[in-house]
Amino acid sequence: MTYIAKPKIVHGGLSRNGLGLTVRDYEGGMSTLCAGCGHDSVTAAIVQAFFELDIPPHRVAKMSGIGCSSKTPAYFLSASHGFNSVHGRMPSVATGAAAANRELHLLGVSGDGDSLSIGLGQFCHAVRRNLDMCYIIENNGVYGLTKGQFSASADVGSKAKKGEINQQPPIDAVQLAMALGGTFVARSFSGDKAQLIPLIKAAIKHEGFALVDVLSPCVTFNDHEDSTKSYAYTRQFFHRAVHLDYVPPADEIKAAYDEGEAMPIQLHDGSRIVLRKVSEDYNVQNRGAAIDYIRAHQRKGEIVTGLLYIDEGEPDMHGLNRTNSTPLTELPYERLCPGADALTALQQRFR
Amino acid sequence: MDPTPTSGTEYFHRVVDCQWACPAHTDVPEYIRLIAQGRFSDAYMLNRGSNVFPGILGRVCDRPCEPACRRGRVEDKPVAICRLKRVAADNRDDITDRLPVAPEQKNGKRIALVGAGCASLTVANDLMPLGYECVIYEALDVAGGLMRYNIPAFRLPPEVLDEEIGYIVDMGVDLRLGTPVDSMRELLDAGYDAVFVGTGAPKGKNLHIPGRDDSENIHIGISWLESVAFGHIDKIGENVLIIGVGNTAMDCCRTSLRLGAKNVKVMARKPRDFFKASDWELEDAEEEAVDIVVNHSPKEFVIEDGKLVGMTFELMEYDIDDRGRITDTRIVGETMIPCDDVVLAIGQDNAFPWVERDLGIEFDKWEVPVVDPVTFESTREGVYFGGDSAFGPKNIIWAVEHGHQAAISIHKYCEGSSLTDRLPRGVTLQSAKMGIHEWSYSNNFDPVSRRLVPNVDLRERFKKLDIEVELGFSAEQAVTEVERCLNCDLQTVFFANLCIECDACIDICPVDCLTIEENGTEEEIKRSLKAPFLEDEQQLYVSEPLKQTGRVMIKDENLCVHCGLCAERCPTSAWDMQKSTVAIPYAIDEMNQDEARCQPERKAG
Repeated sequence: MTYIAKPKIVHGGLSRNGLGLTVRDYEGGMSTLCAGCGHDSVTAAIVQAFFELDIPPHRVAKMSGIGCSSKTPAYFLSASHGFNSVHGRMPSVATGAAAANRELHLLGVSGDGDSLSIGLGQFCHAVRRNLDMCYIIENNGVYGLTKGQFSASADVGSKAKKGEINQQPPIDAVQLAMALGGTFVARSFSGDKAQLIPLIKAAIKHEGFALVDVLSPCVTFNDHEDSTKSYAYTRQFFHRAVHLDYVPPADEIKAAYDEGEAMPIQLHDGSRIVLRKVSEDYNVQNRGAAIDYIRAHQRKGEIVTGLLYIDEGEPDMHGLNRTNSTPLTELPYERLCPGADALTALQQRFR
Repeated sequence: MDPTPTSGTEYFHRVVDCQWACPAHTDVPEYIRLIAQGRFSDAYMLNRGSNVFPGILGRVCDRPCEPACRRGRVEDKPVAICRLKRVAADNRDDITDRLPVAPEQKNGKRIALVGAGCASLTVANDLMPLGYECVIYEALDVAGGLMRYNIPAFRLPPEVLDEEIGYIVDMGVDLRLGTPVDSMRELLDAGYDAVFVGTGAPKGKNLHIPGRDDSENIHIGISWLESVAFGHIDKIGENVLIIGVGNTAMDCCRTSLRLGAKNVKVMARKPRDFFKASDWELEDAEEEAVDIVVNHSPKEFVIEDGKLVGMTFELMEYDIDDRGRITDTRIVGETMIPCDDVVLAIGQDNAFPWVERDLGIEFDKWEVPVVDPVTFESTREGVYFGGDSAFGPKNIIWAVEHGHQAAISIHKYCEGSSLTDRLPRGVTLQSAKMGIHEWSYSNNFDPVSRRLVPNVDLRERFKKLDIEVELGFSAEQAVTEVERCLNCDLQTVFFANLCIECDACIDICPVDCLTIEENGTEEEIKRSLKAPFLEDEQQLYVSEPLKQTGRVMIKDENLCVHCGLCAERCPTSAWDMQKSTVAIPYAIDEMNQDEARCQPERKAG
């Protein structure tokens, strides 16, 4: 038969979340990406994360730019709001959405081209203003939609499918975000949902800009030998710095952790993340040390993953600008726009 | 866990739940696909190959396939497999030139078959094309056995029986009607090369309680049905009690309604969950306003002035545990229910008064012959039993399978080879991939619910005894129902060496039946599954270790809907959809095998 959609079958083993929804209620349309694309796994992780957090789909706004990654919001949370913006301009549109309705969960999905080439400036400023959103970069090192040219995140020495070798140094979204004052910086791998799903959950719950840079192999143009972003290469050089568990507000921290080994961090809504160090010398709350650690492992060819830096103390965009606590969308029109007389009166004060 | 072996015959056969559950292993998904293509004759012939009587079984089969059907686990109701079989039978063209034929040149072996029921007819069906001469002895004046006199004509019209029995008899079977066999000794002395006994379980069980012998209005179910079938009984009282809730009881109550009864009650000793009757037969009876009364245990027949006026029952109460078993029983009262007639339908027994006990044919303490469950040979070489006469009452489809197996044994016995050295079953697999998004089967899941077979109007159907109640599926219904089949024979076949662990199959699977995990014990693996492990009867597939991480691919076969999306989303074709065909050997395959064995010698000579 011809192309079929994933059939919606409510079977006996399907669990329901606190809202009475099944994971199938968080899905979207059928993916049109290549079979085996890492992005589809990230989509599945996003679906699972929102399902587990009991977030109603209509309280989410999905934002994206242009690229394979930016197509994916069509494949999850079909009952959510969404905006597919101009290439590289998603952070501006997301800023506008956040300004208008601070109660929506903002989820940005972008790629290495969209965020690190054409949209690099936009990305940097979204980090700086600590926009309250979960920002996922589906990072595969190539421009898949235009047949596999190197992107700005391609590693030096990585070989393209046709044999060309990249010589320009890569832009690392993680180090960039840390340098710009990012308050939640993480890296993960599309092929490791056990790590990715709790990271996305924590990123959604973090108040401020939460970057999750996900290595997401391009099966068509960047999954060959001598690629540094293939499934096989990533699995070989994958280095977990920290293990993260997400604990919802109501739940007790059940697992027994040894003193000093585990570190619970309270998030703004009362939920907690519990970090367990895999490496002795890693400090997730020391920006400088974290960057040094990542660089040291980068020199050895290793890819450091996990929650790499978190700071729950910094105000987000609304806090920095001391905006109204009520979403603008809920204010009566008369208060949003007090009229020409009020404007004249205001202007009079500055004369 | 060790990697699951799938190269044998069993793994993929078991995935096809219906075919695994069918005693004769009818290739259900394939014939449903043939119906979907409008190839009714092909579907009929495929059925006939394994179950011999598609028209009959399409109406009255006990359908063990349907409770097994995967669709019943995915939704509530299984595919209407049995009624689709009737669609193939009803819509077939003339298939007489496709039937097996007996060769002109016989092989010189003569086989005696006792009883012209489904078991003996199957043996004849399998042996005639091999050149055997088959002689069937039948006590009655008509062939068909239980199918003829125990199943009412309003469920199974005589024309359907005549036609399908004719297909076998017309191969040249020597059918001797009205010829009861009174002595096994005489039959053995008559010089046959082998004897097959397919005499069924013709003796209805009696109920020995006070008053039993004091009225003529107390009938034994199967004998009564037989008298009705042959026109010896054509009426019954207004108020009738049926004792027992098996399928025979259902036939008795519905027959009573057609003979003038106004008020029919089926009396059950236990609650509904313990009934022996199939759900659909109960539903059919209840549609005809038969009252099914539970927790009434017969105590005595009430006779006044030599006339049956009613029956007293003890009112029962049961304690039932969480697993549905009765833990305690109490009598909590007594009641009298008035009636004019009582029909006893509480079971059947074999009866072999004609088999002398000094012939080396042993019987157990219940007077059931000792029969090998594989070869169907009795304790005397050359004498075989099959159908209800072998292991007690079962149903038609079991009798057919017994017949197939006995035919193989008889052939091997006549050839002088070992009865236990039988051809094994085989499974062949062939990829169903036609293109990137194209498979050679209809892989989309159609959420449509089970179609209901239309019945003759309730006012019309009682006018005559032999108005067939079920009308069979209309073309529109059949077209819809065939799409409910999940094509379980389109197997998901995994090649661990190709997998790059991208999770595409796991993310796309609509029923979460796939998991990639660290290997572990069976318990650990069951706990790690993406969807909970719910069906112990269903198989768990564990792959070889995967290349990149050494983890394993695990598949819980329970809920797989065979949509092929895992294979479609796999970038490396580590998953493939492959059509499995289960080869079931019959007597003719054993013969062809013998010939193949001889060939190298011929060449050498």
